[in-house]
Amino acid sequence: MSDTLPERRIPDRLNSRAYRLFRSWEALLLAVAIAIFVVNSFASPYFLSAWNLSDATFNFTEKAMIAFAMALLIISGEIDLSVASIIALASTAMGLALQYGAGTPELVVVGLVVGLLCGAFNAVFVTILGLPSIVVTIGTMSLFRGISYIILGDDAFRGYPSSFAWFGQGYIYWVFTVEMLFFVVIAVIYGVVLHKTNFGRAVYAIGNNPTGALFSGIRVQRVKFILFLLTGLMSGVAAVCLTSRLGSTRPSIAQGMELEVVTMVVLGGVNILGGSGSIPGVVIAAFVMGLVTFGLGLLNVPGIVMSIFIGLLLIGVIALPRLWTMLARRARS
Amino acid sequence: MTERAASATAPVVSMDAITKTFPGVKALDRVRLDLYPGQVTALVGENGAGKSTTVKILTGIYRPDGGTIRINGDPIVLNTPNDASEAGITAIHQETVLFDELSVAENIFIGHAPRTRWGLIDTAAMHRAARKLLDEIGAPFGTHTQLRELGIASKHLVAIARALSVDARVVIMDEPTAALSHKEIEELYELVETLKSQGKAILFISHKFDEIFRIADRYTVFRDGAFVGDGLIADIDEDALVRMMVGRAVDHIFPQRDPVVGEDVLQVVGYDHPTEFADIGFTLKRGEILGFYGLVGAGRSELMQALFGITRPSKGVTKVNGQIRVIRSPAAAVASGIVYVPEDRGKQGAIIGLPIFQNITLPSLRRTSRSGFLQLAEELRLAREYSERLDLRAASLDQDVGNLSGGNQQKVVIAKWLATQPQVIILDEPTKGIDIGSKAAVHEFMAELASQGLSVIMVSSEIPEVIGMSDRVIVMRDGRIVAEVTGDEMRPETLVRHAAGIAATPQKEEA
Repeated sequence: MSDTLPERRIPDRLNSRAYRLFRSWEALLLAVAIAIFVVNSFASPYFLSAWNLSDATFNFTEKAMIAFAMALLIISGEIDLSVASIIALASTAMGLALQYGAGTPELVVVGLVVGLLCGAFNAVFVTILGLPSIVVTIGTMSLFRGISYIILGDDAFRGYPSSFAWFGQGYIYWVFTVEMLFFVVIAVIYGVVLHKTNFGRAVYAIGNNPTGALFSGIRVQRVKFILFLLTGLMSGVAAVCLTSRLGSTRPSIAQGMELEVVTMVVLGGVNILGGSGSIPGVVIAAFVMGLVTFGLGLLNVPGIVMSIFIGLLLIGVIALPRLWTMLARRARS
Repeated sequence: MTERAASATAPVVSMDAITKTFPGVKALDRVRLDLYPGQVTALVGENGAGKSTTVKILTGIYRPDGGTIRINGDPIVLNTPNDASEAGITAIHQETVLFDELSVAENIFIGHAPRTRWGLIDTAAMHRAARKLLDEIGAPFGTHTQLRELGIASKHLVAIARALSVDARVVIMDEPTAALSHKEIEELYELVETLKSQGKAILFISHKFDEIFRIADRYTVFRDGAFVGDGLIADIDEDALVRMMVGRAVDHIFPQRDPVVGEDVLQVVGYDHPTEFADIGFTLKRGEILGFYGLVGAGRSELMQALFGITRPSKGVTKVNGQIRVIRSPAAAVASGIVYVPEDRGKQGAIIGLPIFQNITLPSLRRTSRSGFLQLAEELRLAREYSERLDLRAASLDQDVGNLSGGNQQKVVIAKWLATQPQVIILDEPTKGIDIGSKAAVHEFMAELASQGLSVIMVSSEIPEVIGMSDRVIVMRDGRIVAEVTGDEMRPETLVRHAAGIAATPQKEEA
């Protein structure tokens, strides 16, 4: 129909990368992070101290390790609410192993294996039996922690070997902690997996349209199975770090952490309904949450009030782009 | 034939010069339809003739662009389903909207239940009235029964009772027997007689000729959204009705081709499925276009999805190039060289939310990547190659497929599969709901693919497309292959007869 036109060529993309980066959720979030940083440094004289900031990272490193795996899971359209309970069970298992004389390497293996097994348990119900993940993992959330309570009751496991303390209390260099190293390495691995591999592409495809992905020859259930395994594994890693940092195991360990992890993922721009989101977004969200809690802590704000701030922050940041477009539309008409 | 049959009574509903246009498609072009009290009028036509659109206009779901609807001679405008029900028009669809968790009586009276003087639902009165209605139509179940405990036939009875409860003058039955057993169909016929004796006008839509000749008093034929003729059933026979349905002017030129058909590529032997199909066997040769024709529900799509590994047949063997292939997943099908372009483009075909190039490369990622890592440049190159071959119209390869027109989305889905370099491509209703221009492009491309040695299976309910494109046509009915026609035998009448199960042909064909 267009004989007069020269040969048509569909461009690869219309907007440049820089433009898209500028308009992205991550850019907005980064601005929020910087704003919080500036406000905090004025609000408290203790904020701008290397050691204080280093301590502050403990507020988010363990959660963020799980959040990276959770981000992939949520992008694929599933969720795992049992992660905090997996930490409890893995930590309890490590405590038991300690009673039987396990050394540091064995403790780490036990923690990771229990995490993996819990992930596999969730995966079987979701991918093989086809049950909704939110229901399954609410169930296992009670189940896993319940087992910890049965084993420990009001008791606690203590007396972890001093070499085990390295994971949660050690420093690599100057103010840089071992957990920070883990955080960076895990962030890079998940970023590469999600954004640079075929597996990551499959995760996005499944999240946008599971039927369409299946009809495109993607092994949807297998991908989801792996994602649950990864979330379990990362909960195991977090269990090792947290247990090491606290130096003890109680059944109430990491209670309520699952919601903070999900909050971090959603704040990072991952669509809770699946299909979109990025690892850089989650990284920035981790810093935002860490800075907010740390800043409020320096101002002696109690923990309960802090959770109010986190809730408001989440709703505010999510509502902001929507509000912006609404105002822009009103201004135009 | 097109002259309106004289009648002693005047029509209750009279649609005149009704026109309805959707973007790119004229669904109805100045059609007319009259419904008489105490009579059953069969609305006959192929898929896409405009029957469903007519029903939706009569029930207030769509508004016509032009024409008038009269009820007892008075013009009326039906803006909402509520207007239609106030005008006494009610419909029983293939899947009537009923509420599984509510009781039979609540279903019958939802929206117009008798009230007490406090404005609350008068439960006792409602159940009494429901009982009376159910007795009238001979329904044996209780009014307190929850709907989900009932079978499909009983649900139909509830729908009919609901129609009667609003004191309907016109009852539309859209393929009411599609899901019923023989006995249930007989009961439905009796019910239709009851409704007739109460003076209701009935619009009966069915693809099954035996039903039409059994219970209809009148017929109206639509073809491609236009009125063809109407009259009394007593004045016409099956042959004449089939001719009216399919006889058409050629309005679309199909690509000319000289099929060079090679060796067997795909062999399907003894496919059985517990509910959808049985005893299926056929072969497909290199460079061949094999058409699958049948009515909606004949089991064609289900068969194709089994071939593609979505559903699993209970029995059967698939051979590709003479080798037995076990296909338990779409991934296995793709690996065996069998790909499937589904009918439901938005849900099963395109992945809306992902850009065009990611849609195209999704099943080919293994080839475009290096040890599992994406190679963006390679992906874009592959996507560009196939987009250009299919003459895709898009702003950029990075555009979300959701922003493309139906025809261009279909091109993306086809490009996705061609990029895998398959042996067999199955196209399920490939041109359904796409504009004429894209339709021709898809047809031309199919012909080109076949000439390059790809084997094509095309499932289609559009007779001109089936005949125009296929080298050979397999007709399915009720989950079985009932005929295979080639060459001069590929005539509209032959296909419709086999699909509808009309035996009275001059020469008896072997199934």
